Amino acid sequence: MTENGQNRGYIARDRDRQPDAYTPGYKTSVKRSPQAALLSFPTTLSEETSPVFGHGLIGKLDNDLIHNYAKPGESAIGPRIIVYGRLLDETGRGVPGALLEFWQANAGGRYRHKKEGYIAPLDPNFGGCGRLITGEDGSYEFRTIQPGPYPWPNGPNEWRPAHIHFSVFGHGFAQRLITQMYFEGDPLIPLCPIVGVLKSQQAIDDLTAPLDMNRTLPMDARAYKFDIVLRGRRQTYFENRREGL
Amino acid sequence: MVQKLEYLKESPSQTAGPYVHIGCMPNFSGIEIYGGSDLGRSMKTGPVKGEEITVTGIVHDGMGTPLRDAMIEIWQADAAGLYASANETRGKADPNFTGWGRSPGDPETGEFVFETVKPGRVPFRDGRLMAPHATLWIVARGINIGLQTRMYFEDEAEANAEDPILTRIEHQSRVPTLLARKTGEGAYRFDIHLQGPDETIFFDF
Repeated sequence: MTENGQNRGYIARDRDRQPDAYTPGYKTSVKRSPQAALLSFPTTLSEETSPVFGHGLIGKLDNDLIHNYAKPGESAIGPRIIVYGRLLDETGRGVPGALLEFWQANAGGRYRHKKEGYIAPLDPNFGGCGRLITGEDGSYEFRTIQPGPYPWPNGPNEWRPAHIHFSVFGHGFAQRLITQMYFEGDPLIPLCPIVGVLKSQQAIDDLTAPLDMNRTLPMDARAYKFDIVLRGRRQTYFENRREGL
Repeated sequence: MVQKLEYLKESPSQTAGPYVHIGCMPNFSGIEIYGGSDLGRSMKTGPVKGEEITVTGIVHDGMGTPLRDAMIEIWQADAAGLYASANETRGKADPNFTGWGRSPGDPETGEFVFETVKPGRVPFRDGRLMAPHATLWIVARGINIGLQTRMYFEDEAEANAEDPILTRIEHQSRVPTLLARKTGEGAYRFDIHLQGPDETIFFDF
């Protein structure tokens, strides 16, 4: 807004690193992709502001999918895992106070959703959603069970790799992002047309969480690390200087 | 070798998929959790300032078929043109208005609804006022990266005529795709077309 660098907006999205809209291998994208070019503008206040979600929003079990839908004393069935990481922006700063929401299928690959008809059964103790607000350094952590792969009607024999969906708010609406996390070593990753919309092995690797034995809790839960990067805010060296200094 | 530029790269986007509501609107999808209410269903937490309006619309695919599995988010200023955001430095926004809403669309018709207020004007980067508008963000199965657009209002012709973004659009014939139609007292219609002859303008902000 001003010339002295108070507000320089957000770093432009690198569309070469992001999937295109039209990716015919993922069939639904064919009729849901705009054909005209996107219209480019620098961010304004409308994109540089974003809703605020307080820590008060979050219930005690919101980040524990093993228990947040389970009957008292019971827990979800499946491989117990911890997913942790940091929410960063492109300048490497942690993004604190940001809302993360995540959802997934159960251990058998079944989603708790009316439109889902896969024969694998629901787990009565598993809902499949969680949320949290990132800490002061952008860090986060939640507990869940490792989701199973599931079949979907795209090609005649298509199976999604095990994955967890993430919805992420930053500090500006321009940073709004939805993505998916995959698990290290899953042989379905290179076969998947949704993974296939990504343009490079690097992009696939950026969404693949490694097993972290150091963070694994012995006799309890394995751990996977997943860092998420949002668009960076343009800054100048002088940004934090008070006026007159 | 020159010095190294140390930047990270934004995480790649992936589709929200058909079950986005499990994560973002679980109560809507039948999962009773979080005290029974979904985030963003209400943009008002008490009596709000300004003109209260209802915006309805449908997201259509390239065949004209309504999307019945989309999630639409709205982000806008209050009636005075202030954002309920930590980054708002120009004043304090209406404490009873969140500025942010989320609509799943009707499972049968695909129609989304926002009960909101008519936004006030917000300055562009150079200080000129933009016309009243709301930012919309659309995700769904088949959409690989969330689509960003804006909703302006057809009954703000004077402000629209000087809006720094609307006036810079080369194909002026497409501007109406960004205008909500007034359908009654406090009621607006804003349909979105992902593809085809009526294709909505989407932005790369």
